[in-house]
Amino acid sequence: MKKLSTPLIAIALAATMAGCAKKPPETLPPEPVDTTSGSDTDVEPTAGQQAGPTPGSQEDFVATVMSDRIFFDTDKFNVDGEDQRILQSQAQWLSQYPNVSIVVEGHADERGTRDYNLALGERRANSAKNYLVTLGVAPSRIRTVSYGKERPQALGSNESAWAQNRRAVTVTVR
Amino acid sequence: MTQRFPALTAFLAALFALVALSSPAAAQLEGTVTDDSGRNQITIAVPALPTPQVLPTAAGSTEELGKQVSDVIVADLRSSGLFDPIGRNRVRAISYSEVTAPAFPYWSGRNVESLIQGFVRSNGDGKLTVGCYAYDVALGSELSRHGFIVEPADWRRAAHKCADSIYSRLTGESPFFDSRIAYIAETGPKDNRTKRLAVMDSDGANHRFLTSGGTALTPRFSPDYKSILYLSYSGGSPAIYIYEIGTGKQRLVTRTNNATFAPRWSPDGRSILYSMAIAGNTDIYRISANGGRAVRLTNSPGIDVGGSYSPDGSKIVFESDRSGSQQIYVMNADGSGQRRISFGGGRAATPEWSPRGDLIAFTKIAGNFRIAVMRPSGGGERILTNSWQDEAPTWAPNGRVIQFFRTQRGSGKTSIWQVDVAGGEERRLKTPVDGSDPAWGPVRP
Repeated sequence: MKKLSTPLIAIALAATMAGCAKKPPETLPPEPVDTTSGSDTDVEPTAGQQAGPTPGSQEDFVATVMSDRIFFDTDKFNVDGEDQRILQSQAQWLSQYPNVSIVVEGHADERGTRDYNLALGERRANSAKNYLVTLGVAPSRIRTVSYGKERPQALGSNESAWAQNRRAVTVTVR
Repeated sequence: MTQRFPALTAFLAALFALVALSSPAAAQLEGTVTDDSGRNQITIAVPALPTPQVLPTAAGSTEELGKQVSDVIVADLRSSGLFDPIGRNRVRAISYSEVTAPAFPYWSGRNVESLIQGFVRSNGDGKLTVGCYAYDVALGSELSRHGFIVEPADWRRAAHKCADSIYSRLTGESPFFDSRIAYIAETGPKDNRTKRLAVMDSDGANHRFLTSGGTALTPRFSPDYKSILYLSYSGGSPAIYIYEIGTGKQRLVTRTNNATFAPRWSPDGRSILYSMAIAGNTDIYRISANGGRAVRLTNSPGIDVGGSYSPDGSKIVFESDRSGSQQIYVMNADGSGQRRISFGGGRAATPEWSPRGDLIAFTKIAGNFRIAVMRPSGGGERILTNSWQDEAPTWAPNGRVIQFFRTQRGSGKTSIWQVDVAGGEERRLKTPVDGSDPAWGPVRP
């Protein structure tokens, strides 16, 4: 897997891949972790940015990368093509801020038993971590934590909500 | 009255704390033991327990306690589903002298099959003696007699012990009422639940929260009730702690940067099973309860998680997705001889070995999540519940009743339920807030 040169290319690729089968519905875009800003269309290169998030901050990360999270099929933990492009955009950002560490949070939907979901969250967080490492992010910068089914993002009990909750979310730590 | 009283006095004098006296010349039971399918409930009268002298105690007057003990006995017996208890509101009060001289014709005239009589006495040292007598009304004979000496604050334990003695005498099963439950008390919105460690008696009384905010999960009482294993996120990552109930102190079971979860005690309390994820791969480990070096028991690239010992400690039933989906496996306690036992279709999770050894309770996932049992050799599967999401069974200490928790679709609200192992008698346990992850402890000594 080659590194992409800029986040913009990644965005363009993402646009061509829109409508990919397993992704959560567009009607409910995943919300950023610690900010209210940052959908894909707002993304600009950080260089030359006038106003907006402090470079290297969590807000900047969320505003800059394609997404702070990747999604998984039921009981699956593999990183597919779209996940790879998202993680590439994260790796690109992380290469600009080598002092920033991250926590990758692995999550499962509510339709699983508690212990198994904790293990599944571990698998998902590690899948994202492993791919980031292949992109050149030092393993020492990445911590993983599984929340199993304990921290749902979408609150419904339906396929759409569960699709949004089967996720690995990257959170920056300074 | 005066003739019977010396016998009663002698009986009292011989009592020590929670000592059960053997019942002289107990009659053989005939035809009163219920079977699993028949549901022939035994009609059993439980008048208020009289007192030889109304005295104040730290838990109320002996007269008032006599009523409350009767109420607890009635509630226990009713919850088992095997009895039709008639409480003090539906039967006449009895006198103290009547305790050992039941009015059999009176009770048989009211179609009462069994009769529970007893007394509450305040001793000179501030403790209570609760006497507990069971009679077969038709035979006109005593079935059992027990005396329990307790601190006034522990009067409910004496009531549970009395109910246990009756339950055991009349059903032939081991007792289970005098036991406790650890569970997780849940509050707050679905995406930000506070999950606290909590404990309560088997009937929901004497409830106590042990932790404040945060996320605690999957508690397990130690066999001696002195400590609780549970998972906490208090350190930022999931890790297993031992909480000492007496002191409130806690310590990590093992120091590692890897996530540890799904803790379980061995039946003797000397060993702990836990699951640990290394680089995303979860396996089951065993470690001494005193610490030391952990032994890895499973070694598959799949998720191996949980674990529950057979009562003799020789085998462990656990969950693995090595076949591609969650299924149940059995291995020897040293990890050897791993083989799959669940072939009933769908997924099978959270296995728990019955304290009787005869069954495995588990979560059957096929569309909805249901509580089911099967034989330890595999097969004989029976589904016990039917709801949107029931999971995490835990056994009553006598292996006759299973508790589990139920999640409501949409709201995510949880509640603790129990069901008879024969099916039916499903009922919800009252908890102050939502409850999940129940873990039933053994019968108290």
